[in-house]
Amino acid sequence: MQALTTRAKAVDRRPMTFLERLYLWNILKGMLITFSHIFKKQPTIQYPEQKRPFSPVFRGLHVLNRDEEGRERCTACGLCAVACPAEAITMEAAERLPGEENLYREEKYAARYEINMLRCIFCGLCEEACPKDAIYLSETFAPASFTRQSFIYGKPDLLIPDPKTQPAELAAAKGLS
Amino acid sequence: MVEEIGTNTEGDLIINVGPQHPATHGVLHLVLTLSGETIKKVEPHLGYIHRSIEKMCESLSYRQFIYVTSRMDYLSSHINNHACALTVEKAMQIEVPQRAQYIRVIMDELTRIASHELWWGAMAMDLGAFTPFFHAFRERETITDIMEKTCGARLTMNYMVPGGVMVDLHPDFQKDVKSFIQLYKSKFEEYNELVTGNIIFQNRMKGIGILSKEDAISYGCSGPVARASGVHCDIRKLYPYEIYSQLEFDEILDTAGDSFARYMVRLKEMQQSIRIVEQLIDNIPEGEFQAKTKAVLKLPKGEFYQRVETARGELGVYIVSEGGTTPYRIKFRSPGFSNLSALEHMVKGLKIGDLVAAMGTLDLVIPDIDR
Repeated sequence: MQALTTRAKAVDRRPMTFLERLYLWNILKGMLITFSHIFKKQPTIQYPEQKRPFSPVFRGLHVLNRDEEGRERCTACGLCAVACPAEAITMEAAERLPGEENLYREEKYAARYEINMLRCIFCGLCEEACPKDAIYLSETFAPASFTRQSFIYGKPDLLIPDPKTQPAELAAAKGLS
Repeated sequence: MVEEIGTNTEGDLIINVGPQHPATHGVLHLVLTLSGETIKKVEPHLGYIHRSIEKMCESLSYRQFIYVTSRMDYLSSHINNHACALTVEKAMQIEVPQRAQYIRVIMDELTRIASHELWWGAMAMDLGAFTPFFHAFRERETITDIMEKTCGARLTMNYMVPGGVMVDLHPDFQKDVKSFIQLYKSKFEEYNELVTGNIIFQNRMKGIGILSKEDAISYGCSGPVARASGVHCDIRKLYPYEIYSQLEFDEILDTAGDSFARYMVRLKEMQQSIRIVEQLIDNIPEGEFQAKTKAVLKLPKGEFYQRVETARGELGVYIVSEGGTTPYRIKFRSPGFSNLSALEHMVKGLKIGDLVAAMGTLDLVIPDIDR
């Protein structure tokens, strides 16, 4: 073969030997390779019972974070909604009233916070944009439901359990229990 | 217009292959004109998965539009993102840190191997061999695990940002990649034993779907399809980007231009990708993984073009900027569209059973063709 460049590498096109031409031998050889795998280590896991660990950067479903005292971190600044390429995030801001200091961390909070999980492309830009560490992508994935409406996650679905009042749920959500 | 199904005036049979057909790997719709079993005409009908990604990109910022392009050629999504990031960097003259360049190239080559693995399994499945599919996915799984650990997702990695990569490498990255290379080298022989050396396979591939060098150039083919016909077209060699000019690897060329040549070129390309990863994995320099860029990117007024070599061929990204935060116009030159256009030329006069074999070696990804 005439090489077109000096760095080219010719592909091997030798004619087959008699042994390779034997039709039955090739079938037998293929079957033997397949058969030998019965005795090798299984590469699969039994999924719903057995689960793989994920790395810390894995981008699963979103979680709205709370601080150590259980107050919501989100201030409804809207940076995540601006950063989102899929326009999946909508929110409504509200002023914190006197007496709600134990609920919300700062003067402004998100009265309504919705993420459309069907629109979301899980790119992680909202997590990068958030100045308050309020939103992050968790390790949960593969939600299942019968209706499209149920994939529009509101605040009750997104908020992480309160460490003060629901420590058991928080531990379960973090996968510690 | 889709022709009436049935027979035409000359008595030829007109049938549909797809859009829902297991051998077309997606929603490709081919209208075949058959004379008996012989193919007279192949007419691809496109647009079943058109999502107007080019138009969508016009309303997204230069940080956001990169992630939408993962959905074009989803099997080499990292290389798609790479092309977009490179175009933005070229326009803004952002200097990418050395570490980021190394990481990008390693990820590119791992993506290429993963993509070729899937092609290998899917193509053998097109020919009726089911087992190779599982063999291919077993090794591909190792790559997706590596990707997931470092990038955060398995298929649509979204690891690129203009100026570098999103997060630093996982501490286990080098160990994982090295163990993958060991695993892969031991399995590669098995691939050849299982499929390549098989006489049934060779008889179905050799001399089928021949594309000459002149035709490959005139149809605008690129990637392994063109290289199997003897066209020197590897962008990594011709117009090196990132650190490809410093790397040692061979461009695989064949002159036969038949299905078997395309098959062999892809198999040998996987070995070359392994070679590239082996060269880089021990020498990843320390330093920043991301250049410091402004939060809002504004491209200067003008037109910018960058091309990269994806697993399927040459991907070109063309951005027209008016100086704002969003592109005025974006055009992607996708490899699959040009490669598909050569299909009719390749299979004309062959039997209908050979259509699937020839189409399998084109490695078509339909979302890449339609965008």
